[in-house]
Amino acid sequence: MDDTILEMRRITKTFPGVTALEDVTLAVRRGEIHAICGENGAGKSTLMKVLSGVYPSGSYDGEILFDGKPMQFRGIRDSEANGIVIIHQELALVPYLSIAENIFLGNERRGRSGLIDWNFANAEAAKLLASVGLHENPVTPVIQLGVGKQQLVEIAKALSKKVRLLILDEPTAALNDIDSAHLLDLLRALKEQGITCIMISHKLNEITAIADSTTVIRDGRAVETLDMRSDDVTQQRIIRGMVGRDLDSFYPDRESSPGDEVLRIEDWTVRHPVQDRMVVEGVGLSVRAGEVVGIAGLMGAGRTELAMSVFGRSYGRDIRGRLFVHGREVQARSVAEAIDNGIAYVTEDRKRYGLNLIDDVRRNVSAAALDRLSRLGWVNGNEEIKVAEASRKEMNIRTPSVMAVVGKLSGGNQQKVVLSKWLFTDPDVLILDEPTRGIDVGAKYEIYTIINRLVAAGKAVIVISSELPELLGMCDRIYTLAAGRITGEMPVAEATQESLMELMTKDKELVG
Amino acid sequence: MTSIKTPSTERPTPPDSTPAAALHSGTSDLRALVLNNLRQSGIYVALVVIVALFAVLTDGVLLSPGNITNIVLQYSYILVLAIGMVILIIGGHIDLSVGSVVALTGAVSAVLVIQQGHPWWIGVVAALVVGVAVGAWHGFWVAYAGIPAFIVTLAGMLLFRGLTLRVLDNISLSPFPSEYQQVAAGFLNGLLGGQGFDAFTLLIGAIAVAGYAVSGFRTRVARIRYQQPVESFPLFVARVVLVGAVLMYFAWQLAHARGLPIVLIILAVLVLVYGLLTRRTVFGRQVYAIGGNLSAAALSGVKVRTVNFWMFVNMGFLAAVAGVIYSSRSNGAQPAAGNMFELDAIAAAFIGGAAVTGGVGTVVGAMVGGLIMAVMSNGMQLMGIDQSTQSVVKGLVLLVAVAFDVYNKRRAGTAR
Repeated sequence: MDDTILEMRRITKTFPGVTALEDVTLAVRRGEIHAICGENGAGKSTLMKVLSGVYPSGSYDGEILFDGKPMQFRGIRDSEANGIVIIHQELALVPYLSIAENIFLGNERRGRSGLIDWNFANAEAAKLLASVGLHENPVTPVIQLGVGKQQLVEIAKALSKKVRLLILDEPTAALNDIDSAHLLDLLRALKEQGITCIMISHKLNEITAIADSTTVIRDGRAVETLDMRSDDVTQQRIIRGMVGRDLDSFYPDRESSPGDEVLRIEDWTVRHPVQDRMVVEGVGLSVRAGEVVGIAGLMGAGRTELAMSVFGRSYGRDIRGRLFVHGREVQARSVAEAIDNGIAYVTEDRKRYGLNLIDDVRRNVSAAALDRLSRLGWVNGNEEIKVAEASRKEMNIRTPSVMAVVGKLSGGNQQKVVLSKWLFTDPDVLILDEPTRGIDVGAKYEIYTIINRLVAAGKAVIVISSELPELLGMCDRIYTLAAGRITGEMPVAEATQESLMELMTKDKELVG
Repeated sequence: MTSIKTPSTERPTPPDSTPAAALHSGTSDLRALVLNNLRQSGIYVALVVIVALFAVLTDGVLLSPGNITNIVLQYSYILVLAIGMVILIIGGHIDLSVGSVVALTGAVSAVLVIQQGHPWWIGVVAALVVGVAVGAWHGFWVAYAGIPAFIVTLAGMLLFRGLTLRVLDNISLSPFPSEYQQVAAGFLNGLLGGQGFDAFTLLIGAIAVAGYAVSGFRTRVARIRYQQPVESFPLFVARVVLVGAVLMYFAWQLAHARGLPIVLIILAVLVLVYGLLTRRTVFGRQVYAIGGNLSAAALSGVKVRTVNFWMFVNMGFLAAVAGVIYSSRSNGAQPAAGNMFELDAIAAAFIGGAAVTGGVGTVVGAMVGGLIMAVMSNGMQLMGIDQSTQSVVKGLVLLVAVAFDVYNKRRAGTAR
């Protein structure tokens, strides 16, 4: 039983400018459930993409041995031919096709005539559905199923491909408690049938409940592999492995003297725009002038959803709760109203949501507050240039000219343009969502300095970040968010990476 | 995912805060000017080449005073449509219905003026009102009901063609009173006299050149004051002289034909107003922002629905203006009027550098694009080339123009 089905040896994968994986070695025993955990951005998904051939052989260093034989996957079809199937976090089902059509998509069962034999296919699909415990008619369109059932369809699809190694990326992130419990039961049943399983998960209670071994990845390195059967591995033990990053003097010092409360939300609840589940539930938090408040949470915890729903209801539906600015209750029903109430939101994805990449620096800076530069609808172009030039100097945006196209700037400079845009709206509170994602170390330092300057000028700042050292280095107070709920709040002096991670992975106890 | 490792002890040095000598990399020499503005300057070059080509092929007939006047009269309504169309395309939309709307507005006007004997201006006002109403109809469905413009205006194309037939009871109406005909066929001339030419036209031409030079100079001064890169002074002078020479030649030719066409004045005013509207107003900015990145615009507080709505209202208005000009020129209303005009207008916008994905384009570019189409059609007609070949050539030109644009963008995208 204890032989090895998969060995990944010394995998190194680099992207321009960054090393995503460095010398990672991973061994998976036949028939086990092997959990992989690590912080956001640690390299878990990259490792699985290397394994499944999404990054083809040759684009990384190191070797993959499956069943003792070296493998060179050029694409996902190669790995599937060998029985390695990956189920991504965002399910890859076609919503308007039936369950059976989805299961056999790209793998259609053809009769002698060369046409698809749907009677046969539907019958096969029904058998597969029974084996994953899903009682649905195979001709039902997938869109009529809930996320939990769609997940089961994905697994049935994997089984149809004669899967031997099943990889699940955050399989329970979008599921409710009952569906999660069902899924874990199913994984145990598959294990009985001899199917090996690799599961990426943030939910440590699930990992301790189900995994036979756990590999912890941190900053692109495999830190350790824990044997969950023999060792007495607790959640705290795993957390220690996940967060061992260094805290250093990388963050500029700041005097902290918070003033009056600027923004407060109470009992904030948001429903998913399409699915029938809550992404934010009963959240309350506040931030004061001259204070930096952090929100820590893992992927899927509802951080961005919370921020965007507060910012003019840009996300979700059925938004309920109360929003106070300077102690006065306000209704920010649109982005324009949110801006008028002094709220600014810097998105986590500046290219998709923050900038008009084909336009120049000047017009991006003025985009959110053109009314401040115009009279009777006419924009004062000269003043606009002045404002953009001022931002360029103040933020140290490195660009040949404010007339340069934003898409050609580096990530750090693009982020400074986004910050300039929001500062020009003269906000009282800034919500910064992953403000340093994808930018280099020097630019990070500059962003931190800018944040400090804002706080010194009496602004209130909320920072959402996946990097715990960043939160610990920048914030006065940190809230932790898990599954849409606030699970803790502490002053930074009391917080450690371990204590935060414990709260971030605190989930409701599993049913069953 | 990736992560950036931070040095554990070393504190990274904050980068120096001087933006270095970066300021000087503006468009200060001709080569840079041409290279940096390949997309923009490319179409001007194309227009010059095409004009020269057909001038040679037609033994100079193309540039004769009578023919230049003809081109203006013949294509003015397409250019008017192209103004509205390029704004929609910048905003990421399209309007397939403008041909039908041209027909409908002309028909309404004809029924009122020709059939019911109302004064000519009643017809004009009614046409404009109908055009605005049509635009509001489209705007409602696109902006507030969330239906893609392609579908809404495809439906509008059928709908308003049908209404045109209904309004006209399937027959043509003709003729308009002479005042109405003046819109498209009238000239301003003889106001100042002259020996065999119209001095007034030349005066207007000179005023236009002076206006171009003064506004260019003022922009330049302002830019220098705000320390923005500008072209070198000789280059600036060369540009003004070149544009001035072209304008004056154009005016000279018109002056030796029938004078200044009224429709050209209408067109010039529209180009001026909409040029300013797109470049200098909050509304114009928001159109570009929506087309460039819809999500970013919405998250910057742009009222996307309102802006979309007014873009379509504006298109309806301009379609009505084109409808009045066209009905005036054809001196009546026909059930099949305006057929395929939408395609010419769309082609003009794209040849003029508008991007298929939205966010890019200029009114002036669309005018140049429209002129390229106009000169090609007119030139081929003069040469007696048959309709089928003309259509093939125009189709290929459109394809090549957009392919060039896509190629350019890809090159710009990789040269980071």
